Amino acid sequence: MEKEGAKSKTFGILGALTFLMMLVNLYLIFIWVPEEKILGLVQKIFYFHVGTAWVAFFAFFVVFIYSILYLKTKDSKWDRIASASAEIGTVFTTIVLITGPIWAKSSWNTWWTWEPRLTTSLILWFIYLAYILVRGFATEYQKKAQLSAVFGIIGFIDVPIVFFSVRWWSISHPTLFSGSGMNLDPEMLFTLLVSVASFTLLYFYFLGKLVSIFHVRAELAEIKRRLKEHLG
Amino acid sequence: MRKIFWIIWKDLAIELRSREVTGAMVLFALMVLVIFAFSFLRPGEKLPPEMIPGVIWVTVAFAGMLGLNHAFLPEKQNDTLTGLILAPVSKSAIYLGKVGTHFLFLLLVEIIALPLFFIFFNIQMQGSVLYLVPVLFFGTAGFSGLGVFLSALSVHTKSNELLLPVILFPLLIPLLLGGVKATGIVFNASWADPVWVGAYWSWLRLMAVFDIIFFTLSLVLIDYVLEV
Repeated sequence: MEKEGAKSKTFGILGALTFLMMLVNLYLIFIWVPEEKILGLVQKIFYFHVGTAWVAFFAFFVVFIYSILYLKTKDSKWDRIASASAEIGTVFTTIVLITGPIWAKSSWNTWWTWEPRLTTSLILWFIYLAYILVRGFATEYQKKAQLSAVFGIIGFIDVPIVFFSVRWWSISHPTLFSGSGMNLDPEMLFTLLVSVASFTLLYFYFLGKLVSIFHVRAELAEIKRRLKEHLG
Repeated sequence: MRKIFWIIWKDLAIELRSREVTGAMVLFALMVLVIFAFSFLRPGEKLPPEMIPGVIWVTVAFAGMLGLNHAFLPEKQNDTLTGLILAPVSKSAIYLGKVGTHFLFLLLVEIIALPLFFIFFNIQMQGSVLYLVPVLFFGTAGFSGLGVFLSALSVHTKSNELLLPVILFPLLIPLLLGGVKATGIVFNASWADPVWVGAYWSWLRLMAVFDIIFFTLSLVLIDYVLEV
């Protein structure tokens, strides 16, 4: 039997590496990096926010790539990767949508503003959930994989269009705040990069785990089917 | 090309005899307008101008949604979907035919509902009605195009009429945003100001680009969606 994901040795190394990087990351964020002058302690959520946001968008890119691969080859291996990535992406997008308003409340003094990045994250979340719904509503496996792959492709292509349209929208109604004018300290930038890297590792670790769970699930279904045939 | 027309003709013939879909769509659109009147108007007052585009596009989107459920579902219920897919026409022709039908239905709704909207809400326009036509055209075409595609996608799932709106609206957001903004400019902005005219054209361009991207994608991907 082919070893997919969680059983292999490289995967164990990935797990250990993720653990170490996360520890380093937490150390950097909470102890090493200097506090922001104006915002103070709250600003530290920024490192989690950006790290998870990067993973959320990256995960959807993975969905896109593996959806195309699935439609080309019809190999269920690719479908497992795409759907696992979508589920992890949903979780990370949810984290983005929770950490974002907490940070916004303290720095912009409002929970929510219809700023392009915020709005795009929200729409991304809706599209992810729609993807999962398509899988949930499809009846047989073949259809599930195929339809969700199609949806993964058009959903991914929609995201940049959403971003640009919302940006135009906010130009015609000028925003009160701009998030881009932030100057990062070299130390802060370093912490941010470490944070992004460790969240990316965490993403790959989750992906490996989830893919192997899906693999086992598919095998179980196959065994059940054969058993039924045998008995029936 | 002829085959696309035959599919449109087939659906129109069914519709001409039953008048189920368009009847329901038009009535529903009118009821949505009435509900908007109750929620936003006080008798004797005018509708606040910034609400006009929202009312129009929510009405169009709701009525269009109603029609989308009927693009592929009856084919499935009458067990004719397999026959249609097996017929000697390409799947893109089936798709374009269905889009054509839905587009015509939604256009009919707009032609009936818009004049009534002007009457009910006592509206005056700043720009010419002619500027509204391309906005409605691109908006309706994009809605039908993506809507019918996702309707084909959801027809193979259980309780598809629940699934369709949930997966359609997040993807439609750029188009609806463009439509609302461009319509707002037509109704409320001063057309002497080149800034607004420029904004109008750029929103219209956004809608056109959206239509082109999703029509292309749908035509590429429809073969994977409409399978027996």
